[in-house]
Amino acid sequence: MGKTTAQKIFDAHRIDTLEGGTSVLRLDAVFCHEITTPIAINDLAARGKDRVFDPDRIKAVIDHVTPAKDSKTAEQGRIMREWARRHKIKDFFDIGRNGVCHALFPEKGFVRPGYTVIMGDSHTCTHGAFCAFAAGIGTTDLEVGILKGICTFKEPKTIKVTVKGKLPGGVYAKDVILTIIRQLTVNGATDKVIEFTGPAVDAMSMESRMTLCNMAIEAGGTTGICYPDMTTVEYLWPFIKDGFKDKKAALEAYSQWKADPDAVYEKTIELDASGMEPVVTFGYKPDQVKTVKEMEGTMVDQVYLGSCTNGRIEDLRIAASVVKGHKIADAVRAVVSPATPLIFDMALKEGLIQIFMDAGFCVTNPTCGACLGMSNGVLANGEVCASTTNRNFNGRMGKGGMVHLMSPASAAATAIKGTITNSSLYKGRK
Amino acid sequence: MTYSGNIWLFGDDVDTDVIISGKYLRDDDNSVWAEHVFEVLDPDFSKKINKGDIILAGSNFGCGSSREQAAIAIKGAGIAAVVAKSFGRIFFRNAINIGLPVFTGRDIELESLETGDEAMVDAVNGRLHIKGRDYQLEKIPPFMADIISAGGLLNYYMQNESRKKG
Repeated sequence: MGKTTAQKIFDAHRIDTLEGGTSVLRLDAVFCHEITTPIAINDLAARGKDRVFDPDRIKAVIDHVTPAKDSKTAEQGRIMREWARRHKIKDFFDIGRNGVCHALFPEKGFVRPGYTVIMGDSHTCTHGAFCAFAAGIGTTDLEVGILKGICTFKEPKTIKVTVKGKLPGGVYAKDVILTIIRQLTVNGATDKVIEFTGPAVDAMSMESRMTLCNMAIEAGGTTGICYPDMTTVEYLWPFIKDGFKDKKAALEAYSQWKADPDAVYEKTIELDASGMEPVVTFGYKPDQVKTVKEMEGTMVDQVYLGSCTNGRIEDLRIAASVVKGHKIADAVRAVVSPATPLIFDMALKEGLIQIFMDAGFCVTNPTCGACLGMSNGVLANGEVCASTTNRNFNGRMGKGGMVHLMSPASAAATAIKGTITNSSLYKGRK
Repeated sequence: MTYSGNIWLFGDDVDTDVIISGKYLRDDDNSVWAEHVFEVLDPDFSKKINKGDIILAGSNFGCGSSREQAAIAIKGAGIAAVVAKSFGRIFFRNAINIGLPVFTGRDIELESLETGDEAMVDAVNGRLHIKGRDYQLEKIPPFMADIISAGGLLNYYMQNESRKKG
């Protein structure tokens, strides 16, 4: 009987099995940020266990509120900084080099096919785009990971989502994943892995695949998975080129992690990309999804472009192509936050930042900030935000606020019009 | 082990941001999280909780963020146990890891219940007694029960370690 990707990764990393079938997995990487890690650091110290299992396998960043906005966030940064120095964690990204973790760490080449990764952050599932088992966990599991380099998981069942066909112009990975979540519901993949496959996924860039996997958790999924292919190898090549004689050899090695054709799935669903439209959320749950057309005319106060879902260079290029030559609506304020310094730098050199500024956007440094209502664009009571982020929970971006999740193209078009609208890139039904 | 108390009734998909808002993640003080638990729903929610109360919820309780602060806030506010039709994976793990008793009862009929009803959770036999009804709860494996009674995974680990040394 064939195996799913998750089964293969579990088999390669399992060091023990506990009663009830829980697997103890060896971790290839433990990622850390300043919201969930300082509590772990302080607790480990209080227990006399201020150690790390392997400083080279721990990657740390200050990203949620940066630069610090007040004494409390400054303290969180200080704890991270001192801990990283104390334990000689060389891959620690402080102000000036820091970016949103799930954009920064892939960019640095820290994730490889077949890896096991944990982080005290639910959107760790993003890294499954590289065919890794990457799961969000809480602070206690993070402590164990930091100390021992292990984590326990029940071997999850897998849902296979096949996206056939070709995406129409103006329809993006964000629309695909929202469409999938609408079908699966917010609880449809709880405790399960989602493998994304099919021609539409094969055609996606790594950035788009990360957008797809990023929101696996919004259906409850432990991680999303995309199979490795030449797109994966090309993205990773600068980091892996010494390990393989050529790209073909790398692909051959990585292909071992691809699910077997006769793997057993909990469920398989098929969608046709060619019939998809730009979509947007309308309530407090990410499975409450309508077409942009249906939501057209909804007034917004703020547009937010950024985050671990859609703050990458591809997203900024798409949004800038919509914004170019236009001004944002008078009643709207728009914020763009390139997700990493490299993305910011590319956006500067490509002239995208100028396009956003000319249109009236506020350009911020890379940070998670507004997505979870911490800084750089928190909503007031009753305000509405068109956002490229991943969560529309009640109060997420500020108490009493309403968040409509959408693609960068739709968000950019909405900024110009002042109400939810399709972008000019979408030529389909309007 | 049994837990008896009045219930707080919740529907499906109660997310972590509703349990504890992101803005309190700057804090490192358990009492702050407890004080602001479910604030989005009612600013005085934590004041209305009596020690020993039980949360009874629909499916997917605690979905969303990995913030362990959500489980800590609920425990700190005095909630003795959370019973739900199902849980978000990370929340369930976090609850066990910090010693908050959580129970899954897929057949519970929430429609007939209201906040304030008296409930009794029998952890050993995996039963929920409420309004004359008796529901099956999924049994927690012994090692998880031990983790909960130790007050969380790390306390459990430290206890075992000192026992080995002793």
